[in-house]
Amino acid sequence: MSALGVPLLLADVAAGGTAGVRELFIQTAYIVASILFILGLRSLTKPDEARRGMQMAALGMLFAIIGTLLHEGIVTYTWIIIGLVVGSAIGYPLGKFVPMTAMPQRIAFSHMFGALAATLVGVGEYWHMFLDGTVTDPSAVRGKMVALGFEVLFGALTVTGSFMAFGKLQELITGRPITYKGQNAVNMALFAGAIGCFLYLIYDPANVTVFFVMTALAFAIGILMVLPIGGADMPVVVSLLNSYAGLAASATGFAIGNNVLIICGALDGASGFLLSVLMSKAMNRSFGNVLFGAFGAAPTGGSAKSVEGLTVKSISAEDAAVQLAYASKVIVVPGYGMAVSQAQHQVRELAELIEKKGGEVKYAIHPVAGRMPGHMNVLLAEANVPYDRMYDMEEINDQFPEADVAVVIGANDVVNPAAKTDPGSPIYGMPILNVNQAKSVIVLKRSMNAGFAGIENELFYDERTNMLFGDAKASLGKLVSEVKTL
Amino acid sequence: MTDTGIIQLYVFILAGFVGYQVITRVPPLLHTPLMAATNAISGISLVGSIVAAGGEHGRVAMWLGFVAVICAMTNVVGGFIITDRMLGMFKHAEKPKEGSK
Repeated sequence: MSALGVPLLLADVAAGGTAGVRELFIQTAYIVASILFILGLRSLTKPDEARRGMQMAALGMLFAIIGTLLHEGIVTYTWIIIGLVVGSAIGYPLGKFVPMTAMPQRIAFSHMFGALAATLVGVGEYWHMFLDGTVTDPSAVRGKMVALGFEVLFGALTVTGSFMAFGKLQELITGRPITYKGQNAVNMALFAGAIGCFLYLIYDPANVTVFFVMTALAFAIGILMVLPIGGADMPVVVSLLNSYAGLAASATGFAIGNNVLIICGALDGASGFLLSVLMSKAMNRSFGNVLFGAFGAAPTGGSAKSVEGLTVKSISAEDAAVQLAYASKVIVVPGYGMAVSQAQHQVRELAELIEKKGGEVKYAIHPVAGRMPGHMNVLLAEANVPYDRMYDMEEINDQFPEADVAVVIGANDVVNPAAKTDPGSPIYGMPILNVNQAKSVIVLKRSMNAGFAGIENELFYDERTNMLFGDAKASLGKLVSEVKTL
Repeated sequence: MTDTGIIQLYVFILAGFVGYQVITRVPPLLHTPLMAATNAISGISLVGSIVAAGGEHGRVAMWLGFVAVICAMTNVVGGFIITDRMLGMFKHAEKPKEGSK
């Protein structure tokens, strides 16, 4: 099953006919690489085998690179080698030293690099064809133009889009949606313009001006597309950009006739697409809504229930510690607030103390908690929380009624019961963690400000809920020292 | 459309299908490593960049290819290292329960 692409590759080699030993070797390297990549991705279905599987995939990459270096079209190695060395020198620290808390922006950043590589190859190829004047009959290269067009369109918009996503995640620019009047109209117009250029290029590939206008439009679309998207919608956008970067790579494969590029691009594209669908579902929103909705921009009229007249109960660290120390079942619900204050190590410490006192601690992780798919899992794993204590939403939602205490750390919308009870709420219909069914709830929160969606959370006013205000890391630190004294 | 074009399309569609089937089974637990992994694998653009940087495709294509080699290699090296680092952090509880998947 995982080797479906292989017979086709072999057929391709055979079709080459005159292909010599060198070509056969190169194609073998590519086939082996493709198989190892697919097996590597498959190993990610099992946490225990994943590491080994991905090391095999890295080996596959090595084969692919060696194979390519043997390509007969290569006449000079100087710049290739310098490029490989410089790239390794940049990549090594990016892989080795970037902290796990910076992972979302790190991923966005590398989408930019991947897409930039595809775009540059595309532009270079086009330049070689028409500005170096190697193509005499433009109508003969229409097929290639389709591939190049896709490559440059997807590539260019992913470059700037990922850069914007990186900027927002790194907080170089505001994480709030940036909107203006007629925004969707402007975006649609640019998009239509880019598509128009693309179609014209298929008709007349030699029109250099149109090619560069299209490229410029794609760059602009990337920026404008991400501007109105807020921080909490980032999981969808980052996944979508992942998909686009893959499609750009695949298009490169079509343009230069390279199957391993097509395969990897397709894998990447499928992965990103699947993740964006999952993320959208977890927010009960459509793609279109995420891209054009600018969710948090303005509160939707007459939606959120008024919470006037309700009061929140504040709790001291001492009392909260007593509650936790004598609980037999505790469920921890981490959210973006935990990532911001980098409290994951304190969370684990607290959990260990509770376990020492005989309690059981589980972690409930909402698919869109944090800023990218699986964000919370990586942070907790970094803090040495065993992965078999982390539960997906579906796995744990039935267990909340048995929980003595649910501890919500910097999560808001994903635990808001309004998603189930209030049809007027902007998040109505979004699947949530059933924290409100727990016997008691402790919410660690900085202040009473509303969450990302700008809506009140009834959970905080529930009579079983106690609020522990303050920075999550500081509060947890206090809880840890209090539990120790008990 | 040429024969090669049609074969390429087959490859693309089948690979996408395989990818979709495989990745549907990746648990949410490992979604971040999955993104890092696909990122590393997408560094395969290197294959195209290398040919552009070293082939006889003219000066401009060579320079653009050179920059592309740097970008793609950064993703390959950085991507595989960070995926490995992340996966290394996912551990079982000290007393592994039997029957765990």
